[in-house]
Amino acid sequence: MTRYAMAVDLRRCVGCQTCTAACKQKNATPPGVQWRRVLDVESGEFPDVRRSFMPVACMHCDEPPCEEVCPTTATRKRADGLVEIKYDLCIGCANCIMACPYEARSIVHEARFAYGDQPMANEQAMFDPERINVATKCTFCIERIDLAAETGQIPGVDHEVTPACVNSCISGAMVFGDLDDPDSNLSRLLKETKSFLQNEELGTGPGVYYLWDKA
Amino acid sequence: MMNGITSTNPISSRVQRNWDWRAAGNFVGGGSGSGLILWAALLSPLGYDVIPLLVTGLALVAGGLFCVWLEIGRPWRALNVLKHVSSSWMSREAWVAPLLFLSGLAAWLFTPLLLWPTALLAGAFLYSQSRILRADKGIPAWRHPRAGLLVVVTGLTEGAGLLVLLLPLFDQPQPLAWGALLILLALRAFAWRHYRDGLAEAKAPLASQKRLAAIDTGFFWGGHLLPGLLLGLALVVPVVATVAGAIVLLTGAWMKYILITRAAFTQGFTMQHLPVRGQPSANAAVRKRVA
Repeated sequence: MTRYAMAVDLRRCVGCQTCTAACKQKNATPPGVQWRRVLDVESGEFPDVRRSFMPVACMHCDEPPCEEVCPTTATRKRADGLVEIKYDLCIGCANCIMACPYEARSIVHEARFAYGDQPMANEQAMFDPERINVATKCTFCIERIDLAAETGQIPGVDHEVTPACVNSCISGAMVFGDLDDPDSNLSRLLKETKSFLQNEELGTGPGVYYLWDKA
Repeated sequence: MMNGITSTNPISSRVQRNWDWRAAGNFVGGGSGSGLILWAALLSPLGYDVIPLLVTGLALVAGGLFCVWLEIGRPWRALNVLKHVSSSWMSREAWVAPLLFLSGLAAWLFTPLLLWPTALLAGAFLYSQSRILRADKGIPAWRHPRAGLLVVVTGLTEGAGLLVLLLPLFDQPQPLAWGALLILLALRAFAWRHYRDGLAEAKAPLASQKRLAAIDTGFFWGGHLLPGLLLGLALVVPVVATVAGAIVLLTGAWMKYILITRAAFTQGFTMQHLPVRGQPSANAAVRKRVA
């Protein structure tokens, strides 16, 4: 079996938002919609204060609450662990948005572009009317993962079949791979480090691991 | 801890902006409508003419569903809502609704005996609505188990309030309905406080609790004590019972509107462990310099 997942090394993340920008560029999300964002976390009390960064997006859960509540079956978890949305089935009821504990989903009700009504060339080229009035979210660049099945490349190793955010990360903080493959970069890294999951107590089984120290 | 409110401090918790008055309208119309149908069925053996009440209840449920239809992004695909009955309570609600209308219509047109299956379906509809909220894990104020109880009890109470409001229009006897409403008012008051205590125990987002605390005085006292007193006064001046019914209905709708649109803060994130970076000795030196 294959279970695609991601690790974010919080020790390396510098909060540059390059992954955010890469995601917006790759997926042409409209203004106000970020499938990926980086939270800026301040902690401690003066003078012992810390600033940390935490990239968040869809966690592609083992037990996705969005899938459970979706009344149309538009949201489905694939055998490889990716949670996808079939835009042609979605009715835009937003129940999945309420069910997601990771604020990963958005709905836009009209076409919006960065500079008013007229799209830029890249926005025009990537505009998809199917994505209006339906739920959208991070797909782990699903078409790249599907390409890997055709080309025999390895997601997380070969850039062509790796999510844009992972490719763009300037500090190598993001690692993508197959959790079920003990030799994948991801599995090895998880063995070497301590990690935590977001809102694990909700039983969602998130597929994004946050690394914070060596094992 | 602030004014008895306990809470965690999640990162980025914010109020949801996707469900507005239209979504709240479904919970208000569906709750009071199905509640009214249930009470109409229970009153029917006592010789009440309940068909007008049944039709009013069905109209309210339909109005609530129409509100949802106005809210969804792709209304012309609305029938897709029926596709996931195996796990989605929204699908289950959507399946119960047409059965409820068919059964109610048959009770109206053919035999009042069908009022009983209609009442069962109304109960199933109300229960489905409560489970829709509970399944929404992203909103701590909704996923709390006591939110489900609150939605059910509120629906039943609003239905009884509506009953008390409507009975004089059809020249029906009322004291029994007053008694039922009084008991339900006590139950709703308990469910409300029990729910709020539950949110505090679960450390739901502080903003959520504050929004609910802001309506506590108005809802708890204005929505329960005042109509309770009016129902007592109705033994002397019967007409004030209709005012009590209206207050119960409006305060229930107000509470649900706040619960759905204003108090629905998201789960947010937590940094369970700070990343271990740099050299401990260097950090200590910096701290010493700053101090």
